[in-house]
Amino acid sequence: MLEITDLHATVAGKAILNGLTLSVPAGEIHAIMGPNGAGKSTLGYVLAGRPGYEATGGAVTFDGQDLLGMEPHERAAAGLFLGFQYPVEIPGISYLQFLRESLNSQRRSRGEPDLSGGEFIKLARSQAALLGMHAEMLKRPVNVGFSGGEKKRAEMVQMGIMNPKFAVLDETDSGLDIDALRAVGAGINRIMRAPEKGVLLITHYQRLLDYVEPDRVHVLRNGRIERSGGPELAHELEREGYTEAAA
Amino acid sequence: MTDRATDTVRNREAHEAAEKLADYEWGFVSNVEQEFAPKGLSEDTVRFISAKKNEPEWMLDWRLKAYRAWLEMDEVSWAKLDIPPIDYQDAYYYAAPKQKPKLGSLDEVDPEILRVYEKLGIPIEEQKVLAGVEGARKVAVDAVFDSVSVATTFREELKKAGVIFLSISEAIREYPELVQKYLGSVVPQRDNYFACLNSAVFSDGTFVYVPEGVRCPMELSTYFRINAENTGQFERTLIVADKDSYVSYLEGCTAPMRDENQLHAAVVEIFAHEDAEVKYSTVQNWYPGDAEGKGGIFNFVTKRALCSGDRSKVSWTQVETGSAITWKYPSCILKGDGSVGEFYSVALTNNRQQADTGTKMIHIGANTRSTIVSKGISAGRSNNTYRGLVRVLPRAENVRNFTQCDSLLLGSDCGAHTVPYIEVKNPTAQIEHEATTSKISEDQLFYAMSRGLDQEAAVALIVNGFAREVLKQLPMEFAVEAQKLLGISLEGSVG
Repeated sequence: MLEITDLHATVAGKAILNGLTLSVPAGEIHAIMGPNGAGKSTLGYVLAGRPGYEATGGAVTFDGQDLLGMEPHERAAAGLFLGFQYPVEIPGISYLQFLRESLNSQRRSRGEPDLSGGEFIKLARSQAALLGMHAEMLKRPVNVGFSGGEKKRAEMVQMGIMNPKFAVLDETDSGLDIDALRAVGAGINRIMRAPEKGVLLITHYQRLLDYVEPDRVHVLRNGRIERSGGPELAHELEREGYTEAAA
Repeated sequence: MTDRATDTVRNREAHEAAEKLADYEWGFVSNVEQEFAPKGLSEDTVRFISAKKNEPEWMLDWRLKAYRAWLEMDEVSWAKLDIPPIDYQDAYYYAAPKQKPKLGSLDEVDPEILRVYEKLGIPIEEQKVLAGVEGARKVAVDAVFDSVSVATTFREELKKAGVIFLSISEAIREYPELVQKYLGSVVPQRDNYFACLNSAVFSDGTFVYVPEGVRCPMELSTYFRINAENTGQFERTLIVADKDSYVSYLEGCTAPMRDENQLHAAVVEIFAHEDAEVKYSTVQNWYPGDAEGKGGIFNFVTKRALCSGDRSKVSWTQVETGSAITWKYPSCILKGDGSVGEFYSVALTNNRQQADTGTKMIHIGANTRSTIVSKGISAGRSNNTYRGLVRVLPRAENVRNFTQCDSLLLGSDCGAHTVPYIEVKNPTAQIEHEATTSKISEDQLFYAMSRGLDQEAAVALIVNGFAREVLKQLPMEFAVEAQKLLGISLEGSVG
């Protein structure tokens, strides 16, 4: 579903990804773990098309399409979702307005009709409820005044509303207390665990993987995949640290 | 207009016409015959205008006095604007649709004119009103087509409430004592060069009088529009709110595409008595000129309110996206004790546009309060200046002012400037001033785009969020229009 082949990328002229190769088939959840500075967030941004994160070599195909040739909003319309490590505040725009415009923009790109105001609010309310988020929160400006945990929960509500084919979740578990972690984990399973979908979970720690069991675990270091394994690899990393495990 | 099929056809034709114009969506010229005043400006021009309007002697004298004063005055030079020389002899000062019988309602208006409104995207609510839909929200439209009011709706209902809502020409004939009492009482003839010019040659405009204790039963709305080539537009608006009355007035403008620069010098005067409240909202979208700055309207406007009575309140809200040059400072003279002045502004400039706009809050009475919220958005190679004065006079005890000026920059070739003047002569005053300048955030843009919005939609969204505090002050139908306008005005400005 997502095929990354020998990907090289630079940020501000500095090489961060150095020949990363990774394949996530439909129906699978893969975890990417690795030490700070390994290039985990860069991978997320390159996949989503952030300006300034430049792919200098290699290829990425998503459902057979050349992902790197697409604009960020075209990637979203194609079914790619990036869960942000640090969700961004947009003052003056309510979550409801933001998500409705975004979703309808995606739908128009795909030749689907707009959701009406009523249909959208129903969808948004149900997704918020499933994530244990009060629907009133969605009337507030995007992420403004939200706690770290609330922002991450809101990212998952967004994912539920967008219902993407593939999600890249960048440290969605950081800053979450245990209840929020459980809710977020359940959300990922509910929304994304499906034969036609895929997930790339970027994380530092094993703890999210207690709730979302990965099919594969990869260790990212120095801009490439250093090691891959089954779920047991995450436990090994947790026990022994990245340096030991890599050796 | 009551025939739905006709409506649909009209809408389609209007849309097709609008689509033909790629750069300026609302740039079109309609084919209503004009009757021009001779080109140029002289005492004869002033007499021609006054005679055309069947004005009484005192009005002609008032105009001539202004004209003679104007000859002695100089153009303003202190604004941060690059104003090309204006040849006042190379313009027409009067153009009106050919005389037609007086109409009972807008239904009888020339379909050509209605088509123009259609193209302007008059809000649905008003279209319903125009179409006579039962239960439609009431908005009275005094249609200023070019220089003469063509028809006025809801006059009867307003009359029942005692509200006078007329073109100023009609008011001069029908309520001469009221007009004579208040005209020039807030903006004196010699106030400034452009106000003085307006006093001499004003073509038409609106007069509103709300009697004591009356809450105006509907929002009053006027559409201004420059329609004749080379026609200066000199609107004159006078709003008088008597004791304990309330009125909300909406003004929206857009102008057709034009190659030469056009001068627009309007004057708006608001007189608020004891406990009266006036809300004045503007969406201004005069033709801004092309991407190179060619053409476009010069908008030199004098808007001022006198909060004469105790506890009176005047609130200005403006969304300014148009004009090549904007020079405009809606102000409040807070004379009555406990009176309140508010100014909420969004000024957006793109390409080569220049705007120097802001407000003046003059605190004369005790316990007077003012609030200023200004949001400047600059894109392209434009220049956007907030210029504001807060003055507290020696006898004004316990004055409070809060000012917030935020500037948002799109790109690196535009300019944002904030020029606050604060003059406090009474130590009990509490004055707060906050100002920020920021560039549109790449984090926000990418976040919005990663959710599916293209770049233009993402920019429009972020800019609307930036302007929200001001937009929410607008009546609903105007707010929707203003939001769209911000997006349209920024198209192609990032990338």
